[in-house]
Amino acid sequence: MSGSLAASDLSVRYETPHGAVHALRHVDIEAHPGEVIGIVGESGCGKSTLVTALANLLPANARIDGSISYNGVDLAKLDAHRQRLLRGDEIALVSQDPMTAFNPVLTIGDQLVDFQHHRKDLGRAQKRSRIAAMLGRVGIADAERRMDCYPHELSGGMRQRVAIAAALLTDPGLLIADEPTTALDVTMEAQIIHLMRELRREYNGIIIVVSHHLGVIAELCDRVYVMYAGEVVEGGEVDAIFHDARHPYTQALLACDPARFHEKLERLPTIPGTPPNLTQPPSGCVYAPRCDRAFAPCGSVAPPLVKLSASHVARCHAVTP
Amino acid sequence: MLAYAVKRIGLGLLILVLVMVAMYAAVFLVPGDPATVALGPRATPELKRLLIERMGLDLPVWWQIVEFFRNALTGNLGYDVWSNRPVSTLVMEALPNTLILGLTALAVALLIGVPLGCLSVMRRGTLADAVIGVLSVGVIAVPSFVVAIYSLLLFAVTLRWLPAIGAGETGDIVSQAKALVMPAAAIALGWIGYIARMVRASMMEVMGEPHIRTARSFGLPEWKIVSKYALRIAIIPTISLVAVGLGSILSSAVFVEAVFARPGIGKLITDAVNTRNYPVVMGTVLIMTAIYVSITIAADLLIARLDPRVRDVFRG
Repeated sequence: MSGSLAASDLSVRYETPHGAVHALRHVDIEAHPGEVIGIVGESGCGKSTLVTALANLLPANARIDGSISYNGVDLAKLDAHRQRLLRGDEIALVSQDPMTAFNPVLTIGDQLVDFQHHRKDLGRAQKRSRIAAMLGRVGIADAERRMDCYPHELSGGMRQRVAIAAALLTDPGLLIADEPTTALDVTMEAQIIHLMRELRREYNGIIIVVSHHLGVIAELCDRVYVMYAGEVVEGGEVDAIFHDARHPYTQALLACDPARFHEKLERLPTIPGTPPNLTQPPSGCVYAPRCDRAFAPCGSVAPPLVKLSASHVARCHAVTP
Repeated sequence: MLAYAVKRIGLGLLILVLVMVAMYAAVFLVPGDPATVALGPRATPELKRLLIERMGLDLPVWWQIVEFFRNALTGNLGYDVWSNRPVSTLVMEALPNTLILGLTALAVALLIGVPLGCLSVMRRGTLADAVIGVLSVGVIAVPSFVVAIYSLLLFAVTLRWLPAIGAGETGDIVSQAKALVMPAAAIALGWIGYIARMVRASMMEVMGEPHIRTARSFGLPEWKIVSKYALRIAIIPTISLVAVGLGSILSSAVFVEAVFARPGIGKLITDAVNTRNYPVVMGTVLIMTAIYVSITIAADLLIARLDPRVRDVFRG
């Protein structure tokens, strides 16, 4: 079963002893079955908070406003028990760091059997044969033997494959990959991207890929949301974002991608300044202090979401349709 | 794993030898003549000499130690100075009572302490967690002999529910069990607190690890995450604590056996020390050290069994 996902006016704040951290503010995103959605932005921009909210895994001190509608159900309003029943069934998360994602004292097979706990119709032997088949599908040779391995006996790349296999085993309508390649070296990263490109051909649910790596997003996604300081500042088709970026932040981000340089540079370019403190988000545009195109209203008036085409939007005073 | 076990056992034997050397050194260094203390100031020189020879105290200390181990290897731990009964027989008579007491106390402490620690984690930040926390610290602070005396007053003297002294009638399981309740509870109480706090602390640490988030992201029920995914890792420090703590459990057995006049190793040692009955002291200490060392080794092997990463370190 798969349905559409839409977060509207979604805000998340963490209550801390030093005040509330407004990690996510008024985010609107949508995704439809068969689509791969990319979420990109620098560290601390709210990417992980967004997908953690989508997967109902926010810590106890998080407060949600707005709605997350999946398949017509508002996930943000479900009780803890109903949320748990969706996790690992309709919604699966591929964890960020394959090195620490698995329990170190249980075998891979043991854990993957447990992760299929929603499938009451299957016996242990059937679950194990599903695991073996899925491990083979994600490119793990000798799957039967690997199932009896402990996580530390597998390489990082292999563990990331197992993590993807684990998520696919639950046959989810919404698959979230949070930084799936960040902890891997470049060769492994290429292999995992290749694997995910293959998988998306046979998969018809929604895939959400979170990365700060523009190359990963460009390779895998249909549509991209660019996040900055807890807001979505630009969103659109992958081509529009990479070739016709309109928001100054997206443009600056693209200008800093080493993969796009043609000549060797003495120093890598950076965006000057630092993201704002999210305990007191600025009243105007969040990017204004670092923006080279900022003008009068940027410092005090929050910019509107400007619709540039059917799917391309940017939150900026300086852009016009 | 085998090489690791052999190494641990070799180290254990070395510890045994060192402990006995220290014991003999202590006897050698204690001021006063053991024979005089034992026989009293009015004993005849002949009697004293006889006793000194019987205890082997006329030989050089190092020779006493060598003799002791040579005899111990053949199962001979020497003879009680007063009754002339073999020390090994005395120890074997007393040992079951103490082991039953210690193991019952430990089992009770684990069976109550571990679930309490888990409950504390599952209900963290709630009233239940706070109550368990306060009670744990409370019972840790109370020495076992205080619990022993007050429970003796309450349950044996006032309420007359349980026998005050002894280990129960031989062959009567019910009377033996009744006699076990208070001594075991006196020892276990503090350990329930220790174990609950230890399990809670290491469990809280484990619950913050990314693999727990993975288990949650697959919607596993919280009780399963706690009892299978977290406890297997969190129990490891507790096993070490309990193995080391068994030494203190056995030494609190000394007090508790004294309070309840319960025959056992504790009472045997106390009596032997009071009467300067050195062969009994030495034999008992050797057996207790051997038990303690074996338990520590068993705990290390169990940890290696539970944690495949430790296992691999020793395999390599």
